[in-house]
Amino acid sequence: MNLWNRLVCYSRRRSPWIFHMNAGSCNGCDIELIASLTPRYDAEQLGVRLEGSPRHADILCITGPVTHNCAQAIETVYGQVCGPKAVVAIGSCPATTNVFIDSRTLDGPLNKHIPVDVFVPGCPPRPDAIIQGIARAAEILANRGNNPPTPISATEPTTTDEVQP
Amino acid sequence: MNMMTALARLLIFPGLLFAVPAAWFFLWVERKAVALMQGRIGPPFMQPFFDFIKLLNKTTPPRNGLGGLLMKAWPVLAVSSAAGAVGLLPVLPSSGGFEGDLILLLALMEVPSMCIIAAGFSSSSLFGEIGSAREAVLSVSYNIVFLMAIVSIAASQHTFRLEALAQLPYSPLRLLGIAALLVCLPAKLHLNPFSLPNAEQEIYSGPMTEYAGPELAMWELSHGLEWVAATGLVATLVAPHVTLWWLAALIFVAICFAIVLLLSVIASATARLAIDTTVRFYWRVTLIFVVLAVSSALLMRLRS
Repeated sequence: MNLWNRLVCYSRRRSPWIFHMNAGSCNGCDIELIASLTPRYDAEQLGVRLEGSPRHADILCITGPVTHNCAQAIETVYGQVCGPKAVVAIGSCPATTNVFIDSRTLDGPLNKHIPVDVFVPGCPPRPDAIIQGIARAAEILANRGNNPPTPISATEPTTTDEVQP
Repeated sequence: MNMMTALARLLIFPGLLFAVPAAWFFLWVERKAVALMQGRIGPPFMQPFFDFIKLLNKTTPPRNGLGGLLMKAWPVLAVSSAAGAVGLLPVLPSSGGFEGDLILLLALMEVPSMCIIAAGFSSSSLFGEIGSAREAVLSVSYNIVFLMAIVSIAASQHTFRLEALAQLPYSPLRLLGIAALLVCLPAKLHLNPFSLPNAEQEIYSGPMTEYAGPELAMWELSHGLEWVAATGLVATLVAPHVTLWWLAALIFVAICFAIVLLLSVIASATARLAIDTTVRFYWRVTLIFVVLAVSSALLMRLRS
């Protein structure tokens, strides 16, 4: 790897911009994600910036068990994020649909729709765990380059990272 | 000013080679000051540089046709005009300049704002259009004060040369002009009481909503260069006249730094105003600066 590529990888790791999307969450994980940006946890030390537009983001943070209403929106927003990109599923809901399992209003879990890189389990997860998840996703992002991730089918077991709560 | 000095000023000092790191530094100071005001530690020193490199290496969505070409052109135009504006600043004493460079500087400083308006509309995003409309309304409001303040200082001295302006003695008119410029800077740099065009989270990212990758990197850079140009213009008027070149450059940079700190602290201490309040503020409250500046400039011309 030459010097320029190393600089690019390093920059990707040091500047993960996130876009937050609520896929039917109860708002518990959302306020924890915001808490990770507040003075007590201050994720900006790692270069994390909450962006208003998915076009600017590197990491898509999704909370909530995917409802029928937002299943299409998730795929749209995932398509709007420009590569290289990573997805962090925050909370137990996007991983397993949690207590809402078998609900007729749900179309989850999240990896049925888009490839997920990091799961941060918890109901809700602590801000420390969310920051760790974002940092792990930034590392994945740095090594990913411009190769798109292979889509993961929902039936196969996933080989993605999991952050201990 | 011959061709070589003009090129050296545009490309080396205070042009691109100096201005780009200065732009990153000011962007960092802005973010760090806001973080410190909020009791956080804030981003590391190299953060704007990392952001820039990362954005340069991201992909952009396919853009076809004339609209796509325009979307690629606006950020480049904004960066080049902002860099040109920085290149005209008289950082070093007796660095040249020409009659009328103040007018060119003001025109170049206006180009990034027009690019932002055009960029929002050509991105055909609803939020981009809202942001562009806000930027247009805002620039009509603050520019009257901004331009009239500088033009009355220049007109009172019968010169439109930046270097001559920098060597003026302090007068009430000059102080009035500096105050008027400082009132306009938050709106010009989209900072917090008047951060309406790029109102984060409120209208997504305003005119920048559809921009990604290298285009967004150029927008960030042009924002940083606007910081350098705008604070540099105020520093030109504030800085005392010193003949030692290194001392003059040092004082210039220190004043720029102080203005960046001041504006960031104001930005982090205030909340965003609504568009009608902002427009009313600029048309009603700050117009007093214009009336005072123009009338005192007229008086000074009549007396001289």
